[in-house]
Amino acid sequence: MSKVRILVGTRKGAFILTSDGKRAQWDVSGPFFAGWEIYHLKGSVVDPNRLYASQSTGWHGQLVQRSDDGGKTWQPVDNKFVYDGVAGTHQWYDGTPHPWEFKRVWHLEPSLNDPDTVYAGVEDAALFRSKDAGQSWQEVSGLRKHGSGPHWQPGAGGMCLHTVILDPENPGRIFIAISSAGAFRTDDGGETWRPINRGLKSAHIPDPEAEVGHCVHHIAMHPSRPGVLFMQKHWDVMRSDNAGDSWEEVSGNLPTDFGFAIDVHAHQPETIYVVPIKSDSEHYPPDGKLRVFRSRTGGNEWEALTNGLPQRDCYVNVLRDAMAVDSLDTCGIYFGTTGGQVYGSSDAGDHWAPIVRDLPAVLSVEVQTLS
Amino acid sequence: MIRVLLPAHLRTLAQVNGEVRVTVDGPVTQRSVLDALEACYPMLRGTIRDHVTHQRRPFLRFFACAEDLSHEPPDAPLPDAVVTEAEPFLVIAAVAGG
Repeated sequence: MSKVRILVGTRKGAFILTSDGKRAQWDVSGPFFAGWEIYHLKGSVVDPNRLYASQSTGWHGQLVQRSDDGGKTWQPVDNKFVYDGVAGTHQWYDGTPHPWEFKRVWHLEPSLNDPDTVYAGVEDAALFRSKDAGQSWQEVSGLRKHGSGPHWQPGAGGMCLHTVILDPENPGRIFIAISSAGAFRTDDGGETWRPINRGLKSAHIPDPEAEVGHCVHHIAMHPSRPGVLFMQKHWDVMRSDNAGDSWEEVSGNLPTDFGFAIDVHAHQPETIYVVPIKSDSEHYPPDGKLRVFRSRTGGNEWEALTNGLPQRDCYVNVLRDAMAVDSLDTCGIYFGTTGGQVYGSSDAGDHWAPIVRDLPAVLSVEVQTLS
Repeated sequence: MIRVLLPAHLRTLAQVNGEVRVTVDGPVTQRSVLDALEACYPMLRGTIRDHVTHQRRPFLRFFACAEDLSHEPPDAPLPDAVVTEAEPFLVIAAVAGG
């Protein structure tokens, strides 16, 4: 029988939520790494019991943990993230040069075909890779050295590489996104990269043709159509039908097109989900109503999904890595909030219920569908 | 042997209770104690001082014999009381954050 395992990263530890395929009753285990910020956990699709977790605090810096038994036990692996060569400078908030400094791992992305290979998106923005299950890390330095790096500038949350998407059909192709440099793509396994930001419009950038500088919040892709990308930008929901070569806005009738999370239905590549947030100065839903918006048309036409979600006095945020889907027949969708709730829907968003209500602020949600 | 007291998060990480004891060959200094500590507990590398520069992490302090040694040179000798095991070398996490 199928089983669903949700990996939840929070401000004060990690939690693992498990259920059978009915997704009606949930077991909650944790906190793991109590008191530490867990920016992200993710499992290997090749070996679902192989999990990686990013663990950090301001006091003790970054750790990476690995589990080989589905999260029952963990072991720390290498935490040495050293930029390749001379680190150089990027732009600081005031436009002055600022040295590249490693701060933390925002996102861990295991390889699609090797459980020992895993990518780490870090702040200050860079991509690292381990080929030995986290025992050592090397920078994929072609990204930072492609030329525009000295012009990258941090977003409000830091200059973080927060999104890593591996193309299931083209092993050499990787998409990444950086706040607030933009989106980039490699077609040769990381040797060379190019910005893929054409069509993005950002009010804070005077040059409408700017190659970099866009505050991309998250990107999602359906594995059956790796050339189609959906993006939640700082403002604007966007889509690309040519692997990021160009983008068009699909915000349509959303009540606000600011937000962080975006994801795609497991079986319907044109069905996408976002959680609109009021604005960049008010990081909570409009009107105190927590609503997921679903488009069945790949954008532009959106419907509010509210059944089971609080529709008054709700002022939480849903962060960029805090939404995920399972791949059961009736696609389950899950998201976590900065108020510590993890909501789940076992019918593609028509009905929602809290799985847990009182965790620390949720930073990330990933889902594993297990057989 | 040198007695070292770690902050709670690092005791959990190193899977130890209370103080740890490490053997230091040669002069007993911050650097030699931390080198010995990291050799015994490799998971602590990077959590007390930077991997490359070996600079103390900003929110940590080093104390011994009720004195703040955080700004002493890393190769300065530690107090005799630490060498003779009368006092521990303390790694203290700042009361910061929230």
